Amino acid sequence: MLADTLLIVGVNHKVAPVEVREKLAHNAGCENPVVGIKAIPGCRECCFLGTCNRVEVICSSSSPETTAHAVRQHLFAGSGLSDEEIERYSYLHVGGEAVHHLFRVAASLDSMIVGEPQILGQLKKAYRAAAELQTVGPVLNRFINKSFSVAKRVRTETNIGSSAVSISYAAVQLAKKILGSLADKRVMLVGAGEMAELAAEHLIAQGVAGVVVANRTLERAIGLAQRFNGTAVSLEGLAEELENVDILISSTGATGLVLMRDDVKPIMRQRMNRPLFLIDIAVPRDLDPKLNDLDNVYLYDIDNLKDVVEVNKSERQKEADHASRIVVEETGKFQLWLDGMDVTPTIVAMRQKADSIRLSEVERTLSQLKDLSPKQVKAIEVLASSLINKMLHHPIAFLKEKSEAEGQTRKLEMVRRVFAPQPHFFL
Amino acid sequence: MDVLFPLTVLGYVLATIIYLVWFIKQQKDSRFAARWVLTAAGILHTLSLIARYLEVGHTPITNMHEAVSFFAWSMTWGFLIFRWRYRVKNFGVFVSVGITLLMAVAAMSSREVVPLPPALRSHWLPVHASIALMANAFLAMGFFGGIMYLLQEREIKSRRFGIFFERLPSLESLDSLNQHCLAVGFPLLTLGIITGSVWAKQAWGSYWQWDPKETWSLITWFIYAALLHFRFTMGWRRRRAAIMSIVGFGAALFTLWGVTFLLGGVHSYAG
Repeated sequence: MLADTLLIVGVNHKVAPVEVREKLAHNAGCENPVVGIKAIPGCRECCFLGTCNRVEVICSSSSPETTAHAVRQHLFAGSGLSDEEIERYSYLHVGGEAVHHLFRVAASLDSMIVGEPQILGQLKKAYRAAAELQTVGPVLNRFINKSFSVAKRVRTETNIGSSAVSISYAAVQLAKKILGSLADKRVMLVGAGEMAELAAEHLIAQGVAGVVVANRTLERAIGLAQRFNGTAVSLEGLAEELENVDILISSTGATGLVLMRDDVKPIMRQRMNRPLFLIDIAVPRDLDPKLNDLDNVYLYDIDNLKDVVEVNKSERQKEADHASRIVVEETGKFQLWLDGMDVTPTIVAMRQKADSIRLSEVERTLSQLKDLSPKQVKAIEVLASSLINKMLHHPIAFLKEKSEAEGQTRKLEMVRRVFAPQPHFFL
Repeated sequence: MDVLFPLTVLGYVLATIIYLVWFIKQQKDSRFAARWVLTAAGILHTLSLIARYLEVGHTPITNMHEAVSFFAWSMTWGFLIFRWRYRVKNFGVFVSVGITLLMAVAAMSSREVVPLPPALRSHWLPVHASIALMANAFLAMGFFGGIMYLLQEREIKSRRFGIFFERLPSLESLDSLNQHCLAVGFPLLTLGIITGSVWAKQAWGSYWQWDPKETWSLITWFIYAALLHFRFTMGWRRRRAAIMSIVGFGAALFTLWGVTFLLGGVHSYAG
C-alpha cells in the first residue's frame, strides 16, 4: 500500500551536449507535454520544465520504473537515439534524490551559472502551466511549492544570487568602459542560455540599439529574437553579421570553437577598427582565446567576468556550500513528510498521537482522583483506550480501504490534515 | 613683481597634489578644490605673464623660461576651456601633472632678461611663437589622453583591474579626447609652421631653409598628418591613435628642446 514515488527524469547541460538537447521532442516554446506524460501508465502527477539548458520531468508514480522508462522514451521520441544513449544523456532521480535534485535546481545550484535568478521563474511558470492543465495533485503541489520556498530561503540566507547578477552587471560595466555609451551599439547573441539571456537583458536595459540572434537552428534564433525585438541569423551568417555588431555574447555549447582569430581579423579592417567586445559564456569555450590578441578586440570568458566581480572564488564557494547545506536540510524535512504520505506510517502516527493524548489525559484525571481503588483506575484506563480505539476505527478503515492511487493520496492528505493541522506534530 | 611666478608654481603644485589625492581617494570635495586651485593658479599665471611683458617690453616668449611658461599657461587654459565644453573623467589629474612638470622646467631655466636680438624684433614673434606653443599645449593634452588610453586598455586587455579601471573614463571617450585634441592642435601646428615660414621670408629672405627646427617641426607635422589621414581612411583609432599621439608629442618636444640643445641652427637663440 505504498503511496506514489517521486521521480525526476531530466536532461541538462552537464549530461548532454547541446546537439542532444536540441533533439529533444519538447523544446521550449512547443506545446506543453504534460498531458501526454500524464497518460503514461503509473504516472499520477507530472510537471514539465524546459529551459535552454535543461529539461526536467517531475512525476509522482505508482510504478516508478516503468514510468521512468516511458518518460524517457517520450522525451527522446523521434531523436533517433538508442536506448543506451538515452540512458547516458539523461538522468533519473527517485524519492529523496528527486527531492534533493529539484531543490538544487530551484535554488539555482544546478545552473550553468550558479545563482542565476531566472530558473526559479521558469520553474514557477512550468508549475503554473501544469496546474492549469490539471496534471499536478497533492504531492507535486506540495513538492514544487516547497522547492520555491527552499529557493527563497537559499536566496535570503546566502549571497549566492549576487555573483550571477553581478557577472552580467560586470559585463555591462565592461561594455561601457570599452564602448562608451551603449545607445548606438548592437548586441549579438550566439546560441542561447540562461546567463546569455540575462546579460542580454541587462544590456537592453542600458538601451542598446539592436539585438541579433544567431543559432544553429534558425527557428530557435527567431524565437529568441522575437523576445528581444531583434533579428535572427543562422550560425553560418555569423561572421558576416560581425561587421555590424559591437558586443557578442556566445553560449552555444558546441564542443569546438565557433569563432577563430583568423575569422575576425579581416572583419576588423572592414569595421574600421571599431572595437569589438566578445563575451564567451560557453563551457567549453566558443571563442578562440587568441582573439584577445587582436587590436581593439576584447575577449572575456565567464571566469574573467567572475574575476571582475570582486567576490573572490573562495567566498563564492562558501556561499554555494552554505546553500547546499540548506538544500540537504530541507530535503530531509520534506522526506519526512513524504514518508508520512503512506498508509502505514500515517496509521502509526495517528495511533501514537491518540495514545499520547490518552496517557496524558488519564494521568491528569488520576492525579485529581486520589482515592480510587485499583479496579476503578483500571476501569478509567479501559474507558480511555476503548474511546480512542472506537474513534480511530473508522478513519483507519477508511485509509486501508483500497482505492485508485490518486484518491489514495488525497485521502492521506485529508486524514493527516484532519488529525494534525500542523504536519510536524503529526510526525 | 618677481613674487607672481613662484606663487603660480606653488598654485600648480598644490593643484596637482590635490588632484592626486582626489585620484587616489576619490572624495568629491577634493576634485572641486583641485579645479579651483588650478583655476586660481591659471589666473596668477596670466598676471605673471602680463607683469613679465611690462618688465621686458615685448611678448615674453623669447627664451626657454618664457617659452615653457607660456606653454604651461596655454595648457592650463586650454584644459579649462576644453573642460567647460567637454569633460573627460580625471583628465585634470594628468594635465595638472604635465603643467607642473613644465613649470618646474620653467622655474629651473634662467629668468634673466636679455635684450632681444634684432632678428626677433618683429610683429611675427608673438604670433608665430604663441601659435606654435599653443599647438604644443593641445598636442600635450593629446599625449596625456594617449597615456590614459594605454593605461586603461592595458587593464581591460589583461583583465586585471588595478587602480585605473574605475578611475579612468571609457576607451571610447579617451579616443574621442584624442580626436578633439588633434582637431585643435593640428591646425594650430600647421598655422605655426606657416607663420614661421612667412616670418622667415621676411627676416631671412626665404620661406624654408631646412633649419633643424623647421625640419623637426615638419616631421612632427607629418606624424600628426599621418595619424589624421589614417584615422579617417583606415580606421587608425584608439590604440594606434594613442601611440601615434604619444610619438607625435615626443617629436614636438624634441622640436622644442632637443633641437635647441642638440642641433643648434637659426632658432637656437630660444635657449
